[in-house]
Amino acid sequence: MDLRLDQITHAYGDTEVLRDISLEIPQGRIVCLVGPSGCGKSTLLRMIGGLERPTAGRVLQVGEPPKDSLNPLTYVFQDFALLPWRSVRGNISLVLEDHGIKGAAAERIIDDVLARTKLSDFTKALPKQLSGGMKQRVAIARALAVNPSVMLMDEPLSALDSQTRELLMDDLVALWTRQPFTAVYVTHNLAEAVRLGHAIVVLSRRPGRIREVVTIDKPLAERGYGDRDLEEVQKHLWTLMRDEARAADEELLDV
Amino acid sequence: MSEQFNSQDGIEVRFRGGGFAPKSRRWVAPLLFVLLIALVEWGTRSGWISALTLPRPSDVLATFQELWSSGLLFKHLTPSLTRLLIGAAIGASVGVSVGILIGLSSYIRAGLVPLVAAIFPIPKIALLPLFVIWFGIDEGSKYALIAFGTFTPTVVATYGAVDNVDRSLIRMGQSFGLSWQSIVRKIVLPGAMPGILSGLRISLAIAIILLVAAEMLGAEYGIGAYILEAGSLYDLERLFAGVVILSLLGVVVSTIIGWIERRLLGWRV
Repeated sequence: MDLRLDQITHAYGDTEVLRDISLEIPQGRIVCLVGPSGCGKSTLLRMIGGLERPTAGRVLQVGEPPKDSLNPLTYVFQDFALLPWRSVRGNISLVLEDHGIKGAAAERIIDDVLARTKLSDFTKALPKQLSGGMKQRVAIARALAVNPSVMLMDEPLSALDSQTRELLMDDLVALWTRQPFTAVYVTHNLAEAVRLGHAIVVLSRRPGRIREVVTIDKPLAERGYGDRDLEEVQKHLWTLMRDEARAADEELLDV
Repeated sequence: MSEQFNSQDGIEVRFRGGGFAPKSRRWVAPLLFVLLIALVEWGTRSGWISALTLPRPSDVLATFQELWSSGLLFKHLTPSLTRLLIGAAIGASVGVSVGILIGLSSYIRAGLVPLVAAIFPIPKIALLPLFVIWFGIDEGSKYALIAFGTFTPTVVATYGAVDNVDRSLIRMGQSFGLSWQSIVRKIVLPGAMPGILSGLRISLAIAIILLVAAEMLGAEYGIGAYILEAGSLYDLERLFAGVVILSLLGVVVSTIIGWIERRLLGWRV
């Protein structure tokens, strides 16, 4: 299943935050959204998953989602959004219970996603016992459990320290290499974008418009920490963004 | 020479980060309690506290023992506990349900929040005669008074607690396609539980206060009736024995809630 954004425009009252965004998200690719803060990238992601309504324009699903997908559009949040009163296992079974998956069938799915995210030893732990990186792993496991056709990732690594971020990036690449998934990945971190993105969409400052779409053909598995060619791309992205970021930073907030 | 040595050695940085961090000091409360009782006992025995001002603690204890051995204690305690239990159960459960409805629905909130604000400051004791007409002179009016008194603080605590549930968790539930019922039952309710339980602490203390008021009218037995009778006869020993029972009741209720909190809220950081 592909996703198509069709001329999305959005405004909060008089403040226009997004203007005329049209974009294709092809199956099996990771599309990164980058842009200065306040450019509406997280708002756009909420629209893609139906958590917010654009003022104008549509988000279209092109083609059928796979039959066994319980929740085709599934989020991974920056703040993890784990229920603190449920264990790791309980947090994952939460999203299965409503689909009537219980007992042995649920166990099988939970065990599988925990193994894929290297969490098998922590099934009974409560979120308060886990580090930030572990919490995000649980959130990723929870997203995988519903077998999404598109993962919507809202700065998933931004709340983590830089070492943990590197580790989780490797994990995401490994997950994708084993079984390619479609993802829209919002980040303000350009290093993450060049490591994980097949296409990187650069948004301008508010109102957010698409400035450029940069594609990287190098396979994810071959990309590494501090690769030359990736740094070139990253430098290019930064020149695109620098003036916008500065202008956005100097803008007065009036919310 | 020594001065030079000192300045080379450096002055140790003074520690200034102490205090403002409460620690558990279990022995302080019992110690203070025993000291106060001992002081009163000594004062009444030596005569600088007159028998009209305060009863002798040992006499209160003797009265208490008499209550116990005569079986009168349970004759008073059983109806009181029943009233407290039924009244508080009705008030708290209706209060929690209404509080959740206010927390979830804008219409119910717009209608009921001003109403609850209007009811809250009414001294429920003042309504006792009215309750007697509405619910009858026997148990009905007593249940109603206690229920009504626990209802308002429970409602306020509950909708405040629902408002404080992390919205990002609710968004998460929606994004995974959970049904409305699931979101309320699995996310909103557990998330509001800490606030609901601390509200219950206050509501149940109010319930004990109202228990005495409820037993002012047409109650033969009950802690409240016992205290009121002792008060009108100016029998300080019995008055204090009754007050001690109420205090103990308060401590027991608070302990039970503390125990529930430890059981249910172990997930809190």
